[in-house]
Amino acid sequence: MSAVTLTKDATTMVGRSLRLITRDVDSMITAVVLPVMILVLFTYVFGGAMSVGTAYITYVTPGVILLCAGFGAGNTALSVEHDMSSGMVERFRSMPVAAWTVLTGHVVASLAKTLVTTAIVFGLALLMGFRPTASLLDWLAAVGVILLFVHWVTWLATLVGVLVRSPDAAGGFSFFVMFLPYVSSAFVPVETMPSWMRGFAEHQPVTPVIETVRGLLVGGTPGAPTGDALADAALAAVVWCVALSVVFATAAGLAFRVRR
Amino acid sequence: MSAIVTAEGLRKSFGRRARSVPVLDGLDLTLDEGQVLALLGPNGAGKTTAVRILTTLLTPDAGRATVAGFDVAREPRRVREVISLTGQQAAVDDRLTGAENLAMMGALAHLPRRMVRARVAELLTAFELEEAAGRQAGTYSGGMRRRLDLAAGLLVRPRVMFLDEPTTGLDPRSRLALWEVIRGVVADGTSLFLTTQYLEEADRLADRVALVDGGRVVADGTPAALKARIGEAGIELTLATVPDAGLVATALGVAPDGTHLRVPTDGSVAHVSAVLRAVEGTGVTVESWVVRAPTLDDVFLTLTGHAAARPTRPEEVAA
Repeated sequence: MSAVTLTKDATTMVGRSLRLITRDVDSMITAVVLPVMILVLFTYVFGGAMSVGTAYITYVTPGVILLCAGFGAGNTALSVEHDMSSGMVERFRSMPVAAWTVLTGHVVASLAKTLVTTAIVFGLALLMGFRPTASLLDWLAAVGVILLFVHWVTWLATLVGVLVRSPDAAGGFSFFVMFLPYVSSAFVPVETMPSWMRGFAEHQPVTPVIETVRGLLVGGTPGAPTGDALADAALAAVVWCVALSVVFATAAGLAFRVRR
Repeated sequence: MSAIVTAEGLRKSFGRRARSVPVLDGLDLTLDEGQVLALLGPNGAGKTTAVRILTTLLTPDAGRATVAGFDVAREPRRVREVISLTGQQAAVDDRLTGAENLAMMGALAHLPRRMVRARVAELLTAFELEEAAGRQAGTYSGGMRRRLDLAAGLLVRPRVMFLDEPTTGLDPRSRLALWEVIRGVVADGTSLFLTTQYLEEADRLADRVALVDGGRVVADGTPAALKARIGEAGIELTLATVPDAGLVATALGVAPDGTHLRVPTDGSVAHVSAVLRAVEGTGVTVESWVVRAPTLDDVFLTLTGHAAARPTRPEEVAA
């Protein structure tokens, strides 16, 4: 199969997934309402009791962004599972197309969706008193890191979607993904956790991503790294995300070939 | 006439070695170019597995199959270029409109954009979906979904169309409409490989019928030849007692089944009344009688002398 037809197939699949995602009214409502609820909940309900050395909204906004992005990415498992079991993949496989591009379509659509939810969280956070200190370049870098994070979560979700045999199992996965940010520095500094959990929280892939986004947007505020600490976090975030993306994309591709 | 689909000794088992279950057990068949072959059999007979192997979705454990001269296991890409598959579930995107579904299939078939537009319009007309073209497929009725599903496989006219139980779950009117559409596609020169549980469907559409059971073809021939052997319909009699049934069965020259028996008939008044007179002549009491088209069970019983290996759905076939 030539690169030209491969690109064409992938483009068609991306267009398909984008249409499907924007017309899925239920999940669009969730994508908009969830960030609002989480942000309001954390800022106004828990925020008063939190002492992180700065306005809690300044601390928590990057965490809420990742939580919502992760949740949206987790939903990819549902879309993929549906395609596997509804006969769509069978149909693509019986045609002279690269059927795996159907997965690429879902991943790209998930990234696009992330941009929307991220914009919503940012917009709302600004209204609620979030005051970033970032330059345009910092902003772009932060969005880039968020997309890298969503990229690996989406490939993991895709792998799950290929492997599971029911929509319930696929739905359970997005729940699991939603919990990962809780055991990180997303909502509270890891120093406040018991040491055994802290070990996990400090070394799990979400923490460097959070730290990087926080450092880029509100660098210099309490809990936000700057200088070398930020560079270290950024390096760790990129290495984690790229490595996990490669692992899960490869696994998803292989599983897709084998799964019938 | 040249063969466009051939299968020789296809075998396929599923499950791990020790507990593997054979689904195809030496399936042989041939579809000639421009013809319609119906694989008729109960659930679990291996029909879908045969279709999946012929459409390159599965590789057989043993045996060989070709489509348009290409080996399905060794040259799957060439096979995919000349076939279309419409599986048991309607594979259409519910949140895309009818027209968008077709346009997507056209893009995946690598047709130039202008041709996609023209072909989509043609198909929407031919499949009577023009009015619904701008509506999301999720709002379609079962029959409309099926028609859209069929059209989605026809953006590039295939040489062989595979339809796996195309009318299962449709109401009688939608079924008739779909048969009409399918006949149109065949009239345009596409060969058709069809699987069905409905005797009537095989009869209406197929040039040849292959009866499958337990993963093998157990009988085949033209619908006319098969019908000559099983009768167009049957008179089903229920007698009061088993000895009564034996008496009537002897008089009619058929085998009784408890207090029931079935006499093949062409459905004509002359034949039915002759049979009833013969029953009357025995002097026994008839509890009830009815003239009914043969069911898949009757077909198996008559043509193979035994019931289907796997349970069949109690599905009545309208005459």
